[in-house]
Amino acid sequence: MTFIVPIGPQHPALKEPEFFKFEIKGEEIVDIDIRFGYVHRGIEEALQRRDYKHDVYLIERICGICNVVHTTNYCQAIEQLAGVEPPERAKYIRVIILELERIHSHLLWLGIAAHQIGFNTLFMLAWRDRERVMDLRELISGNRVTSATNTIGGVRRDVKTEQVPTILRGLDALERSTKYYIDLFNSDRTILARCTNVGILTKDDARKLCAVGPLARASGVDTDIRRDHPYAIYDKLSFNVITEREGDVWAKSIVRLREILESIQIVRQAVKKMPIGPIRIKVDLNIPRNEAIERTEAPRGELFYYALSNGTDRPERVHVRTPTCANVASIKRMFLGGTVAEIPIVIWSIDPCFACNDRVSLVDSHTGKTFNLSLKELRKWRH
Amino acid sequence: MGLIRLCRRKSPWLLHFNTGGCAGCDIELVAALTPRYDVERFGIQLRGSPRHADILVVTGPITRQAKDRIIRIYEQMPEPKAVIAIGSCPASGSVYHDCYNVVWPLDKHVPVSAYVPGCPPKPEAIIHGILKVLEKV
Repeated sequence: MTFIVPIGPQHPALKEPEFFKFEIKGEEIVDIDIRFGYVHRGIEEALQRRDYKHDVYLIERICGICNVVHTTNYCQAIEQLAGVEPPERAKYIRVIILELERIHSHLLWLGIAAHQIGFNTLFMLAWRDRERVMDLRELISGNRVTSATNTIGGVRRDVKTEQVPTILRGLDALERSTKYYIDLFNSDRTILARCTNVGILTKDDARKLCAVGPLARASGVDTDIRRDHPYAIYDKLSFNVITEREGDVWAKSIVRLREILESIQIVRQAVKKMPIGPIRIKVDLNIPRNEAIERTEAPRGELFYYALSNGTDRPERVHVRTPTCANVASIKRMFLGGTVAEIPIVIWSIDPCFACNDRVSLVDSHTGKTFNLSLKELRKWRH
Repeated sequence: MGLIRLCRRKSPWLLHFNTGGCAGCDIELVAALTPRYDVERFGIQLRGSPRHADILVVTGPITRQAKDRIIRIYEQMPEPKAVIAIGSCPASGSVYHDCYNVVWPLDKHVPVSAYVPGCPPKPEAIIHGILKVLEKV
């Protein structure tokens, strides 16, 4: 006899509205079903109705947590369409902001993960340290969350020389606290009891289910777009790709924590090597028909953009494939055979960002059949 | 009656619901709970269940899927209750104002006590908004 446990759309374990249906037998989870779409706003369609410059602001708000990586990816795709290259200094500033964002995203993840296993002290500590990163982001870009730094052809704000010592000081403090968290994850009994051998994703499954980012790296899949397909100036910086073999929640945590240390090293190198020069070039935004594909490594994994131009100042099509979209398929494999108490931490272990992820599917309410629309039909349906 | 009002003002419990926002306001709301801003000194706590909550905190433009849920959650909350709309989205649609799947503003669906504009508003602004609502209680 099985029993259904619904989780969502409003639930303390979820920060964003999604619906998970768990089928349990006693304590054991035997099946899981996910229903998406609560956060679907129709951004891809709205992108086609704005011009390239306005799209940057909409792209920034696909996801509030990883907004810089979205705008960087979009700007790089449009620069590729227009056949221009941003100045060297702009690329360095992009990398600095991107890595600060990775640190903030991973610390945010750590805090909520600690909250999910009932370790609220660590939640508070992690978010206290996260405020240092937010301060640095505010210093550089003027905003705490949405940085509005990237623009097509470069960046909008420069990193001033007098800001560099403050940035380095902030990074030192972060490095100290991150090392403490790594020690904690290796020694604390509560964390080890809640995280080891929970929500395991094997290397084979990670490959088969196309997992990306820290989730894949925690299962031993050695993949990182920053190294495999370098963009901006990642090819001139030295950093390690962190992998673990276990594939459980503990491994996912350690991968993210050690990535914070790597990110700190990257920012230090970038600040040191940054050349003097312009930060932005002018781009003619009436881009002739062309298409571009761009990939970047978001805090959650590989982010993929496809852009198609048509000779006007508006894109014909911009498609976004976010890391959560790729990782969500692995959830089922991680849950089967687990217990009810694991639900919050295992959902959170993929670092889900449903704001990025949500898609729409068209269903006929009479027959229950799903169907596809072509781009032409979709536009007709809209107006 | 004076004692009950005092208690209500000293321990408002929040319920957070994201109605399709980008999570930018959500992380600022959570940041307001953590040591630097520390809203617990006002007795404010984030709660999981609508039945325990005094103030409903809404972030995000209202998507068609989230609309029915937000009304249902609002109805499940006990009286007296208040709603705070955080960010530009529930007030004006913000950048999503012309997207096909959003039905802003929030006050078309549930009564709103305070708006905290900004994209996203800083934690200080969110605390200010909550305190403004508490003055009315």
